[in-house]
Amino acid sequence: MSDITTANRPASNAPAPDVLDGIVQGDGYKYGFVTEVETDDAPPGLNEDTVRFISAKKGEPAWLLEWRLKAFRRWRTMAPPDWAKLDIAPIDYQAASYYSAPKAAAGPKSLDEVDPELLKTYEKLGIPLGERAALAGVAVDAVFDSVSVATTFKDKLADLGIIFCSFGEAVREHPDLVRRYLGSVVPQGDNFFAALNSAVFSDGSFVYVPPGVRCPMELSTYFRINAAKTGQFERTLLIADKGAYVSYLEGCTAPQRDENQLHAAVVELVAMEDAEIKYATVQNWYPGDENGKGGIYNFVTKRGACRGARSKISWAQVETGSAITWKYPSCLLEGEGATGAFYSVAITNNRQQADTGTKMIHIGRNTTSTVISKGISAGRGQNTYRGQVKVLSGADGARNYTQCDSLLIGKRCGAHTVPYLDVRHPGATVEHEATTSKISDDQMFYCQQRGLTAEDALSLIVNGFCKEVLNELPMEFAVEAQKLLAVSLEGSVG
Amino acid sequence: MSKLLEIRGLRARIAGGREVLKGIDLDVSPGEVHAIMGPNGAGKSTLSSVLAGKPGYEVTEGTVRYLGHDLLTMPADERAREGVFLAFQYPVEIPGVNNMYFLRAALNAGRRQRGQAELDAQQFLKSVRERLKLLDIGDDLLRRAVNVGFSGGEKKRNEIFQMAMLEPRLAILDETDSGLDIDALRAVSDGVNRLRDPARAIVMITHYQRLLDYIVPDRVHVLADGRIVASGDKTFAAELERTGYAHLVDAA
Repeated sequence: MSDITTANRPASNAPAPDVLDGIVQGDGYKYGFVTEVETDDAPPGLNEDTVRFISAKKGEPAWLLEWRLKAFRRWRTMAPPDWAKLDIAPIDYQAASYYSAPKAAAGPKSLDEVDPELLKTYEKLGIPLGERAALAGVAVDAVFDSVSVATTFKDKLADLGIIFCSFGEAVREHPDLVRRYLGSVVPQGDNFFAALNSAVFSDGSFVYVPPGVRCPMELSTYFRINAAKTGQFERTLLIADKGAYVSYLEGCTAPQRDENQLHAAVVELVAMEDAEIKYATVQNWYPGDENGKGGIYNFVTKRGACRGARSKISWAQVETGSAITWKYPSCLLEGEGATGAFYSVAITNNRQQADTGTKMIHIGRNTTSTVISKGISAGRGQNTYRGQVKVLSGADGARNYTQCDSLLIGKRCGAHTVPYLDVRHPGATVEHEATTSKISDDQMFYCQQRGLTAEDALSLIVNGFCKEVLNELPMEFAVEAQKLLAVSLEGSVG
Repeated sequence: MSKLLEIRGLRARIAGGREVLKGIDLDVSPGEVHAIMGPNGAGKSTLSSVLAGKPGYEVTEGTVRYLGHDLLTMPADERAREGVFLAFQYPVEIPGVNNMYFLRAALNAGRRQRGQAELDAQQFLKSVRERLKLLDIGDDLLRRAVNVGFSGGEKKRNEIFQMAMLEPRLAILDETDSGLDIDALRAVSDGVNRLRDPARAIVMITHYQRLLDYIVPDRVHVLADGRIVASGDKTFAAELERTGYAHLVDAA
């Protein structure tokens, strides 16, 4: 009998490899494995039928189909943005398939029902499930391609009234909440990629923290692109009601591919009065090879609305992956005394290109925002900080502080800083500091003279450069991010 | 006892530039303290850079043997892990990197090379406290980023503290006395004296006689125009004080 029990519990008993070990050992991109799972793909192409297909596959209510179709019609009238400093080959949106779901995923009730191949993938990624999750204190809503297959800790969270589930489940179980907030921060027609996502979003996560509740654990979602040529269109909606607190972690790795993969996610955050949301991301999608072949195209719209007085939203991101990163996590500071923050480390190595930054929109009185951006360019990487600070005429006492530092490694990379300051209130305080530096030979030699290898010296100096941002990450992420920075810069010193 | 450092006919130039070292011969035994003096531009700092393996210099002739190994073929970081320590004239700042963290990384890099177990945080802290006590310095520097915002004296003190932690076989002190007031000079010198050890050799590069009042060397050399033009025991330094370098330099 015990034999059977053991055989049926591969995920909870097998010692899953430490994800950090995976990152630091060996060379090259560590997560380049592809799981063989039958998929139930939408036929390539994008038209209204595709949108209907996706909605039908997911068994969605009519209002949501209409919402998607409205977004699709809007998208058809829009052109991709061309203002970013990104050199992107034209994307054939009709060539991609817009839906991919593991076949066996008709709603597994327990781990035993989950495809063992998927569980192995999670093991390779070191995602804590079952007991590991309990030990790590992390609840995981794991998104494998498009359909959520395992959710943990829901019961514990449910006791507190916290909803943490896949987006699809939220549509079924909590339609009123979804309907109320979906698109309320990022409207369907906000931008080309947000419109695309709104039309064809596959799945994602939904979080609702009720008034006065402090979420007792970090909420984590791991995303993974797996099916070839399948765009990923996650949709995340997170609401912290009055006086609630939640910290959310999002980490991404993707298998190695030769073809560019399209990724257009939308994340919406809503913070009500006295609520606080911390949203941290480690983004490690496949960056392409040294010559720029392959790699993920990552077009992300992330925005948080500080609706209530004294609400707080903090974005922290470590962007090391993707061939193309187009991403500006932003804060709409509506409530009086609301606080927005953006802490970012972006690395571009080899042929990677990143155009990333934030928008801080000061609407309410006495709103404050802090922006700390650290861009690191190596190889032939191009790294652009693009940030907007906007102070509207009603924002008495608004304050912003922006610090924007660029670090160059080698002679063929580029760093660019593009701040937009739009201040319509004479009493606003807006500070912008920017530096560009190179890792000096003297710094490298100093470290090496103390016995550190060139790689370790570089990692140390880079981690020091990023320290203010790494300090803002939850601890488990900070450790992972430090190792990731070193791996991302492999081969950039001779 | 066999030599710790044997330099024979060492000629070196700044990469793509002029020749600075024009044939250096020097033997250093364990336990000895050597002072290398000389006027500006004589090649003192180039010698320390070449010994430490700093990029930007080309050795054109000669050999350097360290504990029997060919030092010049070893990369800089390997030399360091094998026990060659350079106390920098101008220690560089590394923003955001905690001094303690840096030191522990350096210490463990050396221990790995020697096949020793890495020190955990507690063992490391114990070792730090012992050295602080030995050198009679406070722990105020440890919590700060490496050399960031340090005064000149603090930077030099930190170098000697690192030396105490890393326990090198060969320590090269490059103008460690420069920019120090008399109290700081005394503190740094006391530290170096406490680190004298029968197994360790110290090569001090200095401009000024006054350092040798505090750290009394076994041997004193005058480096002029890329060559060692005169050597003597500790009384030689006092003689130099009276006569100056000029006659030696002219002779070279």
